[in-house]
Amino acid sequence: MLTTPSIKASLLKLESTETMSFYKKFRLPGNTGNKFIKVFIIPFLAFLIFLGLWSASASRIETSLGKVPGPTQVWQQTVSLFNEHIAERKKENEFYLRQDKRNAKKLEKNPDAEIKIRPYTGSPTFIDQILTSLYTVMTGFIIASLIAIPIGIISGLSHTIHSALNPLIQIFKPVSPLAWLPIVTMIVSAMYVSSDPMFSKSFLTSAITVTLCCMWPTIINTSLGVSTIDNDLINVSRVLRLSWATRIYKIILPSSVPMIFAGLRLSLGIGWMVLIAAEMLAQNPGLGKFVWDEFQNGSSNSLARIMVAVFAIGLTGLLLDRVMLLLQRKVSWDRNAVIR
Amino acid sequence: MSHSYLQLTQVSIEFPTDNGPYIALDNVNLAIAEKEFISLIGHSGCGKSTVLNIVAGMHQATRGGVLLEDKEVNQPGPDRAVVFQNHSLLPWLTSYGNVELAVKQVFKQNKSKPEMHDWIMHNLELVNMTHAKDKLPSEISGGMKQRVGIARALAMEPKVLLMDEPFGALDALTRAHLQDSLMDIHSNLGNTVIMITHDVDEAVLLSDRIIMMTNGPSATIGSILNIELERPRKRLDLADNEQFNHYRAEVLKFLHEKQTKIAA
Repeated sequence: MLTTPSIKASLLKLESTETMSFYKKFRLPGNTGNKFIKVFIIPFLAFLIFLGLWSASASRIETSLGKVPGPTQVWQQTVSLFNEHIAERKKENEFYLRQDKRNAKKLEKNPDAEIKIRPYTGSPTFIDQILTSLYTVMTGFIIASLIAIPIGIISGLSHTIHSALNPLIQIFKPVSPLAWLPIVTMIVSAMYVSSDPMFSKSFLTSAITVTLCCMWPTIINTSLGVSTIDNDLINVSRVLRLSWATRIYKIILPSSVPMIFAGLRLSLGIGWMVLIAAEMLAQNPGLGKFVWDEFQNGSSNSLARIMVAVFAIGLTGLLLDRVMLLLQRKVSWDRNAVIR
Repeated sequence: MSHSYLQLTQVSIEFPTDNGPYIALDNVNLAIAEKEFISLIGHSGCGKSTVLNIVAGMHQATRGGVLLEDKEVNQPGPDRAVVFQNHSLLPWLTSYGNVELAVKQVFKQNKSKPEMHDWIMHNLELVNMTHAKDKLPSEISGGMKQRVGIARALAMEPKVLLMDEPFGALDALTRAHLQDSLMDIHSNLGNTVIMITHDVDEAVLLSDRIIMMTNGPSATIGSILNIELERPRKRLDLADNEQFNHYRAEVLKFLHEKQTKIAA
């Protein structure tokens, strides 16, 4: 057992050369050298402890929708949501099969008969909603990137433009998606009037809100990457008399690619967070709407289903981040930079 | 009209500061012949790099100017290729790619694709870097990076090769090796070279003339030393050559007696 004086004595020693041996003696289990334990066992144990604490505390809280669900109920709902998805797909397939058969029969009787092909109108399943969310966030994110990277480059190249844009960027950067959403909704309703719309209004509203909230880190990082380019590289391009376009394309862009991707990764993370809120209010058929509908539904399973959505949102966000990380590692020429 | 290859006439430059203009260089006059190897030596901050930058066209002289083959120098260009101190290779391009960027830009009109390739390989060969042509700068040593930097500059077929402390960041052995390579290249191609250096031995070994600069502000040429050593020069033979040691002593005397830097 460590008593207080002995800790004090050890801490005093810490300042001398015995630092290492102190850590070796009293190191926490996390500091062991074994990589397998570090990578698998420790996170697994931590997860088990988390499940235990969750399970123990959840059953003590009583809400109007019953007890707060523990891990077991959430797992049951995960399975049930997945089964619903399978069942729905089966129904859809059967619907199309029946329709095809009916049409085939009609054509057999009368080759000139008018046949109707109706789309299946079942409700979207949980999996469909994840896919819709992904599609929406990627749309918003790609629009944001297409706007943010050029703006970032221009503002990185010119001090004047940077000082003109910087206050605006700083003002708009912290704005919550919930503040943008009503404005975007009104503008989309006013501007996007079409008898045969390609996209639903709720989709556009959500995607544009994502764009508005997630373009800032990309602008800031791109601008920083461009403006901090090594002066020697600029001198090289001057000696070579590279044209303006070639200089941007061959020197400035490649040099700031690592920073641009660092910004894109931040942007996508923000975009995913923003999307859930946007979908909830815009009623875009994605994860946000799922959470809202379950909340309104108020069945005894609702809370457990919302928690499934929480995990799905978290895991999808993690997945998106890992994909961006892979891309970032791939395009980064700076092998010394530690990217994590 | 001047008839020297490269002529610096009454070159002065002022930089604006908060406390009025700072005169960095004052009345620098220098005539350089074709194929000559010139070293600029002096204490740090004496304006050596400024002279080089003016010849390169990166800076504009406030008064006076530079003529190269009787044409005024007023912007950077590949006829005055620069080898930078810290190599300045584009880190995302391979050795080959770095030389290629220069070759494509300089010879886009008058070389075909295979000719360009041959020319790139030829220049990498000059500096013995063909084995690492597909390596990124981060994968090769400092000396190798500087070799590629030299290959890139040579590949522009410059009228004047400007070298800003090209071997300053290298260890002594690598530096000696690169100095020998540079001597070989210079004797084969006959480039006109202006090199900045802090290294007295390097200056004496490589140069035809050593330009010794006074301390700034208002730095100018303090003294010029003609090095009349036979070429090709061999490092080992020169080690106990009386003439060589005399030149060394002359430069050292200039730097440490006449131009002692006060607050070093």
